[in-house]
Amino acid sequence: MRHIISLLVENEAGALSRVAGLFSARAYNIESLTVAPTNDSSMSRMTIVTSGSDNIIEQITKQVDKLVDVIRVVDLSELKHVERELLLIKVMADSKLRAGIEQIIASFNARLIDDSDNICTIELTDTGEKLEKFIQSFDKNNIIEVVRSGVTGIALGKNILQV
Amino acid sequence: MANSSEKLRGADIFVRALKDEGVTHLFGYPGGAVLHIYDALYKQSAVEHILVRHEQGATHAADGYARATGRPGVVLVTSGPGMTNAVTGIATAYMDSIPLVVFSGQVPTHLIGNDAFQEVDAVGISRPCVKHNFLVKDVRDLATTIKKAFLIAMSGRPGPVLVDIPKDVTADMCEYEYPQHVEMRSYHPVIKGDSEQIKRAIKLLLSAKKPMVYTGGGVILGNASQELTTFTRSLGYPITNTLMGLGAYPATDKQFIGMLGMHGTYEANMAMHHCDVLIAIGARFDDRVTGDLEKFCPYAKIIHIDIDPASISKNVPVDVAIVGDVKNVLSEINQQLGAQTGSIDQAAIKQWWQQIREWQSMNCLRFDRKSDKIKPQFVIETLYELTGGDAYITSDVGQHQMWAAQFYKFDKPRRWINSGGLGTMGFGMPAALGVKVAFPEATVACITGEASLVMCIQELSTCLQYDLPIKIINLNNRYMGMVRQWQEFFYDKRYSHSYMEAIPDFVKLSESFGHTGMRIERAVDVKEALQQALAKKDKLVLMDFITDQTENVYPMIAAGKGQHEMHLSPERELA
Ligand SMILES: Cc1ncc(C[n+]2csc(CCOP(=O)(O)OP(=O)(O)O)c2C)c(N)n1
Repeated sequence: MRHIISLLVENEAGALSRVAGLFSARAYNIESLTVAPTNDSSMSRMTIVTSGSDNIIEQITKQVDKLVDVIRVVDLSELKHVERELLLIKVMADSKLRAGIEQIIASFNARLIDDSDNICTIELTDTGEKLEKFIQSFDKNNIIEVVRSGVTGIALGKNILQV
Repeated sequence: MANSSEKLRGADIFVRALKDEGVTHLFGYPGGAVLHIYDALYKQSAVEHILVRHEQGATHAADGYARATGRPGVVLVTSGPGMTNAVTGIATAYMDSIPLVVFSGQVPTHLIGNDAFQEVDAVGISRPCVKHNFLVKDVRDLATTIKKAFLIAMSGRPGPVLVDIPKDVTADMCEYEYPQHVEMRSYHPVIKGDSEQIKRAIKLLLSAKKPMVYTGGGVILGNASQELTTFTRSLGYPITNTLMGLGAYPATDKQFIGMLGMHGTYEANMAMHHCDVLIAIGARFDDRVTGDLEKFCPYAKIIHIDIDPASISKNVPVDVAIVGDVKNVLSEINQQLGAQTGSIDQAAIKQWWQQIREWQSMNCLRFDRKSDKIKPQFVIETLYELTGGDAYITSDVGQHQMWAAQFYKFDKPRRWINSGGLGTMGFGMPAALGVKVAFPEATVACITGEASLVMCIQELSTCLQYDLPIKIINLNNRYMGMVRQWQEFFYDKRYSHSYMEAIPDFVKLSESFGHTGMRIERAVDVKEALQQALAKKDKLVLMDFITDQTENVYPMIAAGKGQHEMHLSPERELA
């Protein structure tokens, strides 16, 4: 099962490598990992997408929680939550293709952010699954470059990850 | 405490902080990056520095010191090769949850990342084998970081902590004050067990018809032997200890049925296999204990007490989990248990004991007592008798380690000191040295094999310099015995590189280091030789016992087998 684990960590050199190192040392899956500071500059928030049996996920959260730099851990998948990922994609856009591209952009609620040199640069923020579908809407041969941010997520309502 | 307006150099802060932390011994080896610190050490006498001969020796000595005393072992090494040499010892301590604080010198901050002379990424290299580590970039953080390092090493599930200190930090000046307390919002080990879970555990324990108590190193680390003994006696249930847990419960007590696991006793493993309620205390269901997990304790409901939540249900799913400090949890269980033991099904327990006595009658640890050749088991048994079971015994890794665990009956905790988790050859002698530093009056013996012993043989010099007259019991079978045993059983006796050619003359070797050496070749001489060596209270004696080369460790559970599928001896194959 796919899980989204969210962590608050001390904003210290080495915190990221401790978490990443734990995943590789214990042979846990890691699909994506994002990290950035929060509104409190002493803390960073990390989101890890991983997969494994219930047992393994339990071990992952416990082992991560054991790291001295980790302040809080939550498995977002157990709560009502949203996940979002940012995609930037460049596609070929000559006059023949343009109409199709505009249609795809409209139907996914994506945003055209640049149109130059016969190349469209498009931005879409949505769930990982939607991004996947969006990418598949283009002819493979017309895709020039794809960059995804990795998933971030947040629990909804009164479930708050804080110190 | 220092006057708060006083300014000190980083190196002096380091030394003062150790003193204020109550550190009395430091195991180390100098080098460029730590020369300021060595200069500060020279000018004081509160902390005694013990100069080892290799940084691995420093970590093992500090580790032995920590295991025997319960206080943290402290190490100082230089940057680069000094730090990398220490890694084996750090990993050894990590696997057995031993509190060490290791200080490594580092190149000056402005050179970090520059491939400077003797630079290594100490924090990166040590990360997977420490509980936590720090790089101190500013002298103003030094005292607080040292305080945190000791707190982390000693609390919760203990473990080694590395503090990497760049050379310029040891030269910079700042005001010194050693913090009384440090708070870390991300670090709060659980102490008290959940009382609902404790109630459930007690109910389950009292309902048992074939109960089993299985305890590990956590009971020793948590100083909970007394509580464990009270607990086990009040129930009257059988108890087994892991290799790391020996001594937590008196081995000579009739409720103790021996060590369990790969080379555990037949009765302990059979009782594990057949029990209906198992309580695991400060033990982690290691693969050398469980054998094949599919076949592990098939009939048992399992209770598990451990300070580390990640140890619970890691290998074996449990029915009642209690996260907490074992001493705290066991005292609470003992309090509540008091009046309730009346409800134990005594008839069933009696029957269970009868079954266990039957398994015991197999006499699984028997060996040939008539042989002229020296049987290694006999040496240990004799050592046990002559020391009244009261010596500190360290060990290396191999057959001799298993025989020591089987034949020396430990009645007290912290007397049996071995590398159970990492299985580090070379651990035993420096560890013994560390124990002797802590307890100069005690009898400290290292039971080793000729292959393990030479891995840190240089520490014989340290023993001479600091007058540490340990006893070295070298069970010399001219083989890497444990490797040979596996090759005999599982590789059709193809003894690939397990034979030790060109073995040194250990008597001369010991003498060349300024110590005494003895060679013992006949079984009849064993006792007298040991008596002589033990009587030489002020001499390190290396006793080279030329043992039976073909002896194997029994019983044995082969890899992939269940606990009930033991080999007892070549003549007595079971299962
Ligand atoms: C540093 C290290 N290298 C290799 C091993 C693998 N190993 C385990 S036991 C053993 C043989 C030990 O031989 P010896 O010290 O003579 O003890 P014996 O088994 O003969 O009692 C070896 C090589 C190890 N445990 N540690």
